[in-house]
Amino acid sequence: MTDEPRFEHPPEEAATSYLADGYSLRSWFLTTDHKRIALLYLVSITFFFLVGAGAAALIRLDLLTPQGDLLSNDGYNRAFSIHGIVMVWFFLIPAIPNVLGNFLVPIMIGARDLAFPRLNLLSWYIYILSGLLTLYVVVGGGVDTGWTFYTPLSSVYANGAVVATIVAVFISGFSTILTGLNFIVTIHKLRAPGMTWSRLPLFIWSHYAVSIIFVLATPVLAITLLLVAAERLIGIGVFDPRLGGDPLLFQHLFWFYSHPAVYIMVLPALGVVSELITAAAHKRIFGYWFVAFASIAIAVIGFMVWGHHMFVSGQSVYASAVFSFLSIAVAVPSAIKVYNWTVTLYKADIAIDAPLLFALGFIGLFVAGGLTGLMLAMLAIDVHVTDTYFVVAHFHYIMVGGSVTAFFGGLHFWWPKITGRLYNETLARIAAILILIGFNITFFPQFMLGYEGMPRRYHVYPPEFQVLHVISSMGAALLAIGYAMPAVYLIWSLLPGGRRAPANPWGASGLEWTTSSPPPQHNFIGQPVVVRQPYDYPLAHPVSRDDG
Amino acid sequence: MAEEERFAPFADAARARDADRLGMLIFLASEIMLFGGIFAAALALRLEHGPDYAAAAGHLKLWLGTANTAILLTSSLMAALAVEAARAGAPRRAARALLAALLLGCAFLAVKGVEYAGEYREGLMPGTATAHFDGPAQTLFMNLYFVGTGLHAVHVTIGILLMAMAALSQRARQDRNAMLIGNVALYWHLVDVVWLFLYPTLYLAGVR
Repeated sequence: MTDEPRFEHPPEEAATSYLADGYSLRSWFLTTDHKRIALLYLVSITFFFLVGAGAAALIRLDLLTPQGDLLSNDGYNRAFSIHGIVMVWFFLIPAIPNVLGNFLVPIMIGARDLAFPRLNLLSWYIYILSGLLTLYVVVGGGVDTGWTFYTPLSSVYANGAVVATIVAVFISGFSTILTGLNFIVTIHKLRAPGMTWSRLPLFIWSHYAVSIIFVLATPVLAITLLLVAAERLIGIGVFDPRLGGDPLLFQHLFWFYSHPAVYIMVLPALGVVSELITAAAHKRIFGYWFVAFASIAIAVIGFMVWGHHMFVSGQSVYASAVFSFLSIAVAVPSAIKVYNWTVTLYKADIAIDAPLLFALGFIGLFVAGGLTGLMLAMLAIDVHVTDTYFVVAHFHYIMVGGSVTAFFGGLHFWWPKITGRLYNETLARIAAILILIGFNITFFPQFMLGYEGMPRRYHVYPPEFQVLHVISSMGAALLAIGYAMPAVYLIWSLLPGGRRAPANPWGASGLEWTTSSPPPQHNFIGQPVVVRQPYDYPLAHPVSRDDG
Repeated sequence: MAEEERFAPFADAARARDADRLGMLIFLASEIMLFGGIFAAALALRLEHGPDYAAAAGHLKLWLGTANTAILLTSSLMAALAVEAARAGAPRRAARALLAALLLGCAFLAVKGVEYAGEYREGLMPGTATAHFDGPAQTLFMNLYFVGTGLHAVHVTIGILLMAMAALSQRARQDRNAMLIGNVALYWHLVDVVWLFLYPTLYLAGVR
């Protein structure tokens, strides 16, 4: 935050900002402005984050003692199920695309809105509808299937509001598909003059890749859940052997969606980090095309690795070997990104601000999560640690250590642009470090627990595991403080008297920094024309306006 | 409304039309994936239990399925003619073609209904079925048949409603670019294409 803006300010007679354009409830709830819809999403996903975090707190408290004194067996099952369902579908999947993506995709390519603004609003309402149904499940009996809904547990044995949960997730899928559709059409059809594909920010490339997964993977989840509901309600047995079904079929269909869903959660995060790293290094990213195509490669290969969730399900060993190979292959594009970020930072003039701290934290945690992912892709190791805390720790390193850290980094980076306010930088740095430490104390012991044999989804465990569980729960408390801090100082920055943000507080390149903070209603005054490559540091005049 | 605001966020009408068409195609891609799950399940079942699969498929009424294939293909042709008529500036012809496509769609549903009723009488419906089949693979085939054709019938119904909407809208009929009619016809072609895969996957598998 030390640099003054390094290039031209937007015209001073800037139009009303999008925030000042009407204060009525109607102007928010019937808005078609992508920026306002992004804020609607921000508030709603924060709410669902709190619901999921509450469930996580119950889980960690219950695991403090080997007997599981806090929750009943059934209560524990419900707590981790709702934690998983809410965090995956109502926080992680929409978090970066629907908040940061919604806000930034049009601005970064020089458009005034997404291609289908009303569809964008509709997808928020669909999300809210499915979210309300999920809340009904939370209060109305809960669900004990885990977020994976494995049959025959979900279709035959599970009690509670299984169908309601399935319908909620099914409906939320429409919201996701519409968002992906909107992004793809926007990126194809609304790029500003001069914004060629080779000038797209990497954030856009990763959102393009994730949109492909949104559109092509989500319907497979929809049909799968529809089949589970049909089996439960009207006895069309596709998965239940007693009705003629095949339970393994469910796992194939579910993971065909849900492994790409992991990339739904992490691809936008990779895009955010690419922006954060280049802005902090004030350097053009090393290997632009490698980073861009790595996103596409991850999206494509990610569709062909689902079988690695089924190494112990009795699938053919040849199929397992192929899935193992492909799962190792998908690590290559991820590794390319990590190398390129590192090289970008090498010998750079680095500004160590909070967004960079989050980005560096992301890289460390993502590498740890990725390397343990490689271990899990090996058949022999996977057989040893399947369904243990090793797996739990691995995917939390990717989803929480990776995606959530990147979300926070992105939120800090673009907060001045979104709100027009500057937050307290010192507190933000402390929060970034606290989150990194708290996260590792929470989840690193879980690798050890899992390797020693602690199974996931059990709350009664042998006493020798207690020390590691207690350490993990303490770390979770620290992590909670780290996550709560931004809520305080970010909201604080909005109060009257908060410091105003200049158009480009980081001296970053990119179209979003050429418009005022917060941007005017239609993002730019006049149609921007792009004349330079992306990340063309040191900044001179990366963008010029109508005069070309 | 200022001229440049009419197509916002697009600069001009042509670009807005391009975007509408692309959006529809992407939506159809996601529809294909929706049915893809069922096709994948059916093909896996056929690979693993070939003889059972063929035996179960023999329970279906081949000639009803074939008739429906012809009906739906003709209906799709009518939808394509409606698009051509709208583009040629013949709104009445477009409306008539849409009506024909719509009625053929209804005929398809009627035949499907007759078929389901027959299957119900023969005790092939899920829950009533197990006694009539040798082994779970055959039951699973029948269940996949009901899920697949049922989901397809839902799409047929939606397609009929969309075509009715397009036929009733004067603006859609008079649009020389046939945007609405074109997109509805695209959807109808998808419904057709899905059936063209369901037909061999389910019905023709039983032909010896």
